[in-house]
Amino acid sequence: MKRDPIYGLLAEFDTPTAIVQAAERTHEAGYRKIDAYSPFPIEELAEAIGFHRNGVAPVVLVGGILGCLTGYAMQWWISTVSYPVNVGGRPLHSWPAFVIVTFELTILFSVLAATFGMLALNGLPMPYHPVFNVPRFEFVTKDKFFLIVFSSDPKYDAVKTRAFLESLGPHSISEVPS
Amino acid sequence: MATIQTPLEPKKAPVIEPGHSFASVTDKISSIVLKRPVTYGWVGGFLIAFLIVQVMLFAMGYLFIKGVGIWGVNIPIGWGFAIVNFVWWIGIGHAGTLISAILALLRQSWRNSINRFAEAMTLFAVACAGLFPVLHTGRPWLAYWLFPYPNTMNYWPQFRSPLVWDVFAVSTYATTSLLFWFIGLIPDLATLRDRSTNKFVKIVFGLLAMGWRGSARHWSRYETAYLLLAGLATPLVLSVHTVVSFDFAIGIVPGWHTTIFPPYFVAGAIYSGFAMVLVLAIPIRKFYDVGDFITERHLENSAMVMLATGLIVAYGYAFEAFMNWYGGNPYEGFLRWNRLHGPYAPWYLGLLFFNIILPQILWIRKFRTNPTWLFLISLDVLAGMWLERFIIVVVSLHRDFLTSSWGMYYPTRWDWAIFIGTLGMFSAAMFLFVRLLPMISIFEIRTLLPEAEVKHK
Repeated sequence: MKRDPIYGLLAEFDTPTAIVQAAERTHEAGYRKIDAYSPFPIEELAEAIGFHRNGVAPVVLVGGILGCLTGYAMQWWISTVSYPVNVGGRPLHSWPAFVIVTFELTILFSVLAATFGMLALNGLPMPYHPVFNVPRFEFVTKDKFFLIVFSSDPKYDAVKTRAFLESLGPHSISEVPS
Repeated sequence: MATIQTPLEPKKAPVIEPGHSFASVTDKISSIVLKRPVTYGWVGGFLIAFLIVQVMLFAMGYLFIKGVGIWGVNIPIGWGFAIVNFVWWIGIGHAGTLISAILALLRQSWRNSINRFAEAMTLFAVACAGLFPVLHTGRPWLAYWLFPYPNTMNYWPQFRSPLVWDVFAVSTYATTSLLFWFIGLIPDLATLRDRSTNKFVKIVFGLLAMGWRGSARHWSRYETAYLLLAGLATPLVLSVHTVVSFDFAIGIVPGWHTTIFPPYFVAGAIYSGFAMVLVLAIPIRKFYDVGDFITERHLENSAMVMLATGLIVAYGYAFEAFMNWYGGNPYEGFLRWNRLHGPYAPWYLGLLFFNIILPQILWIRKFRTNPTWLFLISLDVLAGMWLERFIIVVVSLHRDFLTSSWGMYYPTRWDWAIFIGTLGMFSAAMFLFVRLLPMISIFEIRTLLPEAEVKHK
């Protein structure tokens, strides 16, 4: 299959309000394969492009449960099965003493899940991405806001989509080569 | 969000000086890393710190050859400087996590200007702290024996020991601090990647930023992950100093065996940590001209946290003394007498003066907002908190139950060399940090600007 030489159309905006309104209108117009870029987190922007569930929390929950079970099981097995130390006849399965390491491993596994889960869900590290080909895009980490309609969107049409984006009043529009 | 100032309300300094835009914030902070020439002051400061690191390395090398006998530790005082410094450093680290995690959960937006370097401070302080127990094991090259791993000796750690709990608490804390700090840096590393003109610098920041492009989907996951990390780091930081206090509280030595230790240790940790934040913030603010972002408000808020935690510490001291009397245990009673009248009495009185009496001048607003005074009081608190750990470790151990086992502790030049060496290591790392990475979180400052607000139709 021949790849579309155009990855998408990128429109540049100046303010957070403008990008959120533009994203809302693009989503209302029926475009679904869209994304928006901003120099800082804007809660409304993810909502505007129709992104409601980000899936990080379940990953962290699983990490935490795994950490908790690992921590407790490890201590139980070491203290009662593999290396039992009889201290004056006290119980080998001394659970109150195991609480702290269980807690610490719960936190450790959750933190690892949150960090690497977030990066993996975001598809990072990804040093190359087609949007970086647009020279103006370097301002996304400074003070500009961008909206992209990907060419893979079923409603995408080189002429009509450009006309639609222009109606949103952007600062400029560029084609993103793929 | 225009707030109406009633005439009765005292006027508070803003979190950011007015007149900044997204672009000016970005340029101002990133130019410290990318454009600012290297000054003689920086080179001189870094070189001094670096020389002190060499002294530490020399002392550590000698320690590796000779063993811990070169230190002043001996029975009855087996813990000495190594544990005093460990607890002191790890306590300092706690303020960084408090600022970055707890204040984030409480939506204290003023923390956005100081969280980045406070987190760096945490990381370096934990690194300094981690050195001491490892060196104190006597055979530091076998420190990995502390971790549970299958081995041919058929041996496992003893999970009923607070010292093993400490290994888990501190290593989890170090990992979490590093990841939290790095996650916070990613968007700013992308900013530096896009702002730099030097190709090599661009590649380095580009690799570190991992291709961050500020996508709304990415930000959404990022914010959730950051919030969860803050939520996880909050109980963690409280647990770390609690576990450190268990190292003492689980023992039966008078002066250690007390239930007030966990809360009083945590408060003390935050107390010394905020003092270190101020010791770093005040010169950074002066020499790097970032008074726009680290305003009088930040200094005053930090001073108020210091005052509050200092009072909790004072309460801890008072109750420790009260329980020594009220408990009716003769050894506990003797401990109280010995602290006030024994050979270490000047140290104890110094501690009370440094930690409790002098910081009370922070009740006066003029001192809270004067950088010079704050700097001096912070140094005083750092010294006071170091003395506190000295009193807890050394004075408790030096006279326990039997008079025949009493002794005195005399730190040697090697004890001092390694302690001062870690101060050098910490400073050298901070010197490098302020020039190589954005010391103020650029993207979080952007969110504080009035123009960052989305206006609804």
